[in-house]
Amino acid sequence: MRTFDYVRPATLPEALSALAASPEARALGGGMSLVPALKLRLAAPSALVDLRGIPELRGIRITDDAIVIGATTTHADVAAHPAILDRLPALAALAGGIGDPQVRNCGTIGGVVANNDPSADYPAALLALGASIETSRGSHAADDFFTGMFETALAPGEIVTAIRFPIPKQAAYEKFKSPASRYALVGVFVAVTAGGVRVAVTGAASCVFRAEMIESALGERLAPESLEGLRFSTDGLNADMHADAPFRAHLIGVLARRAVSKLLATGKVN
Amino acid sequence: MNARTGIGASLLRKEDLRFVTGRGNYVADIQRPGMAIGVFVRSPHAHARLLSIDTTAAKAMPGVVGIYTGADLDADGVGGLPCAWPVTGKGNTPSKEPVHPALARGKVRHVGDPVAFVVADTMVQAKNAAEAVVVEYEPLPAVVGVLDALKPGATAVFDDIPDNVCVDWEVGDAAATDAAFAKAAHVARLSLVNNRLVGNPMEPRAAVAEHDPSRGSHTLWTTSQFPHIVKLLMGNFVLHLPQHKIRVVSPDVGGGFGVKQFHYAEEAVVTWAAKKALRPVKWVCERSEGFLSDAHGRDHVTEAELALDERGKFLGLRVRTIANMGGYLSTFGPNIPTNLYGLLLAGVYTTPAIYCEVKAVFTNTLPVDAYRGAGRPEATFVLERIVDVAASEMGIDKAEIRRRNMIPPDAYPYKTPVMMEYDSGDPGGCLDRALAAIDWTGFGKRRAESASRGKLRGIGLTTYIEACGLAPSRIATRLGARGGLFESATVRVHPTGDVTVLMGTHSHGQGHETTCSQIVSERLGIPPENIEVVFGDTDRVQFGLGTYGSRSAAVGGSALAKATDKVIVKGRKIAAHMLEASEEDVTFADGRFSVAGTDLSKTFQDVALMAHYPVDYPLEILEPGLEEQAFYDPVNFTFPCGAHIAEVEIDPETGVVSLVDYVAVDDVGTVINPMIVDGQIVGGIVQGVGQALFEDCVYDESSGQLLSGSFMDYCLPRADQFPQITVQTHVTPCTHNALGVKGCGEVGTIASPATVINAVVDALAHLGVNHVDMPASPNRVWRIINDAGFGQTAK
Repeated sequence: MRTFDYVRPATLPEALSALAASPEARALGGGMSLVPALKLRLAAPSALVDLRGIPELRGIRITDDAIVIGATTTHADVAAHPAILDRLPALAALAGGIGDPQVRNCGTIGGVVANNDPSADYPAALLALGASIETSRGSHAADDFFTGMFETALAPGEIVTAIRFPIPKQAAYEKFKSPASRYALVGVFVAVTAGGVRVAVTGAASCVFRAEMIESALGERLAPESLEGLRFSTDGLNADMHADAPFRAHLIGVLARRAVSKLLATGKVN
Repeated sequence: MNARTGIGASLLRKEDLRFVTGRGNYVADIQRPGMAIGVFVRSPHAHARLLSIDTTAAKAMPGVVGIYTGADLDADGVGGLPCAWPVTGKGNTPSKEPVHPALARGKVRHVGDPVAFVVADTMVQAKNAAEAVVVEYEPLPAVVGVLDALKPGATAVFDDIPDNVCVDWEVGDAAATDAAFAKAAHVARLSLVNNRLVGNPMEPRAAVAEHDPSRGSHTLWTTSQFPHIVKLLMGNFVLHLPQHKIRVVSPDVGGGFGVKQFHYAEEAVVTWAAKKALRPVKWVCERSEGFLSDAHGRDHVTEAELALDERGKFLGLRVRTIANMGGYLSTFGPNIPTNLYGLLLAGVYTTPAIYCEVKAVFTNTLPVDAYRGAGRPEATFVLERIVDVAASEMGIDKAEIRRRNMIPPDAYPYKTPVMMEYDSGDPGGCLDRALAAIDWTGFGKRRAESASRGKLRGIGLTTYIEACGLAPSRIATRLGARGGLFESATVRVHPTGDVTVLMGTHSHGQGHETTCSQIVSERLGIPPENIEVVFGDTDRVQFGLGTYGSRSAAVGGSALAKATDKVIVKGRKIAAHMLEASEEDVTFADGRFSVAGTDLSKTFQDVALMAHYPVDYPLEILEPGLEEQAFYDPVNFTFPCGAHIAEVEIDPETGVVSLVDYVAVDDVGTVINPMIVDGQIVGGIVQGVGQALFEDCVYDESSGQLLSGSFMDYCLPRADQFPQITVQTHVTPCTHNALGVKGCGEVGTIASPATVINAVVDALAHLGVNHVDMPASPNRVWRIINDAGFGQTAK
């Protein structure tokens, strides 16, 4: 780890000016990705601007049709929140399945979303649920936000403040964990929303993406059988020592079917 | 008292309180006045010429104390790292021992090869300066896999070893084996890979060194399984320091598994630099650095053939193996895939003719050396896999084929065609108990139940024997060892009757403070809390060869029993004087010296006090004091054996293999502490299952870059992947040591890879599968199922 400045602002304007003060400054959420990168000297920021001292960035609000989660809310808080367990249990389960207890107690939803790790779980939920990413400058639709591997629509110095999840009719998430890292080798989030069935896949490619073929098949009939016989292209899929592209393509189908079965089994329709 | 604290008692581990309360004292905890921090600059290339190293800018950076390269070591006459166990190959050709410089000279031969050592006031300063060291490389093609290393025209790792062959070794009778195959009714054939592993003890390696100019002496604190051998190898061969001027201390050490059983470059460089810099120097390996600097394990490619008669009786076994040595020889490198492998290929069977050839080859990878089991898991994997292949092909039950070929109980001592003489064992008894414990005959019902859930269930069996208790010096030196393999113990009785035991073995997780106390408690009749067990400090402990090869109880424990018995012998003399009886009439039991046939007696404490306060003492015939030392060299290896059975369930949709049941029945000889033995066996099984299902050290075949260089990609087994493991012991005592112990440290890793893969293959046998390489990862298993056209149909 190299030396760097550490600041812990109490308000969003202070955080914005701290980030603006140096182009090499980085915002710090839970530090679950950034701190290991610092330790390995893969990142060398001039300053860390710790967002966790800003009260309005943390917490969960429930409205009639949405769940709004502050950017520095931890995965453990999301996993245990009674209203999320009631209204959007798939999201609570997803949060409860990230990493290990230490990661869940430190890691934040805003950090995950801003980092856009290709094998992170949350981006699949945001994309499938049609969430919006609220920031210091306004709001981004999830469909336009995740632009590439570790890349997002965030401008330099822009801070994620909250994620707004519209409450779907039904949703379920299934992931196949990498045996070693336990990140999603492939994760599939299926949501039945007001606008139809939306399916997002994480882990399989360089960036989370929507699986239109699955969406249209499930749009015809919401049943695991609808996906039988579908073959997924290996184009653009990741290949590494844990999974080659054909295996990942196959897992997309398996996990989508399992997610649909789970979604139907819960029987919950909002 | 002895029933509760002596041999056979599941005494809670004395050492655990300090470990679980954070009070252990590890090398990284050592702080010395004025201590500087060292960081190694390591090669990013697998193979390259080292053109130049420019340290000018780095030396000018803040806090830098010194920056050292191979040229500096050369200028001081520092030697290469020695190989302690070379072997002799075909035609009496010795294994090649190319120079292994502590800091690279001329070429780098693997990613992570150290090229410079940077010492600075702080870690950050040392790392900043290390980044500023400019090393100019001329990259060369890298050779990674053992098969590639042997191809004509392959890149030579060493310019003067153009064929990359370290040794071409053989054991057994080739002609007799050929004759056996000529009359075979059936021949089973199998090609397999024993996957390369990284040991990853919980505590990474570390070293702290200090030079005392007033006495001209050196102290090295290091995470070693055998500090006396580090002192000997480093002092005599590398740094050329006199033995009486070196102290090596291995304090609490957090796991070894063989990884910490070699003399490493870092130990010598840190010790040398502490004198050069006139500052104590500390180096603590980081996990990612450990992947690039610890010796790796396994890495064999093998072809095996088993000849059988029409009844399934084994007639002959032929094995050809190519084993990876890596870019240099590690301390025991050549010994592992030869003596510790080929000599175990008889297993528990009466196979009359065996011939094994092993080519050990150099590649541009980390050196490969012993890793828990060391050669014996590889031998067991070959043998127990090909036995299963033969059973399947001939339609014989897997347990039955083993029974038909097993060495009968009355045939011990049994001499194998590959040099070993087994003293004792009852693997058939272990097998019977294991089959009963898992309900072998009820497997069909369990398989059907799994099938009803869409899962493929398989059962796998292994009967094994291994050679441990390393080693009889007489045999080991004949096999190439450049040192003895005896052990030593001192029992120091204090005036109060409390005891300090000084052991030449080293505990790095095994619980020796407890088991050694139990051996002494059993014999002297004093409670374990009155016994302190000391090891790991060459200035306190007389001598010792350390801990590896499941030797601590069999060899170290035997030395301790011998030293303790000497204390009793002298104690009887003292007691006889105190009791005015003749020595022959004095007996010792339950901590009390008694005169037979009288009520006269003295406690052990009375006698200890008299030895140190000899007011009325026969000084003319007896020395005062009560301290005895024993050196013990075994007459043979010990031979633990047993039977393991695993059941797995495979999800055909995802290829995930779940271990659902595991039974181990092991003959580890006399059990000193059942709880510790249970822990050793379970830990070993889990580590072996790691190899079978999860762990894989993967290099990029063309660049030689280590792809599995962190826990993000290197998959260690975890608790949530295991069922309750049933462990039973089935004891036949070792016939040639005082305690009857054989050893339990490695049996788990020796038996479990073959056991689990046999189960995986059984689950897939209906698809025509006769082998699955390790690790049986989801991707690999799914591919097999998918290629068989099965995967899509399950629910």
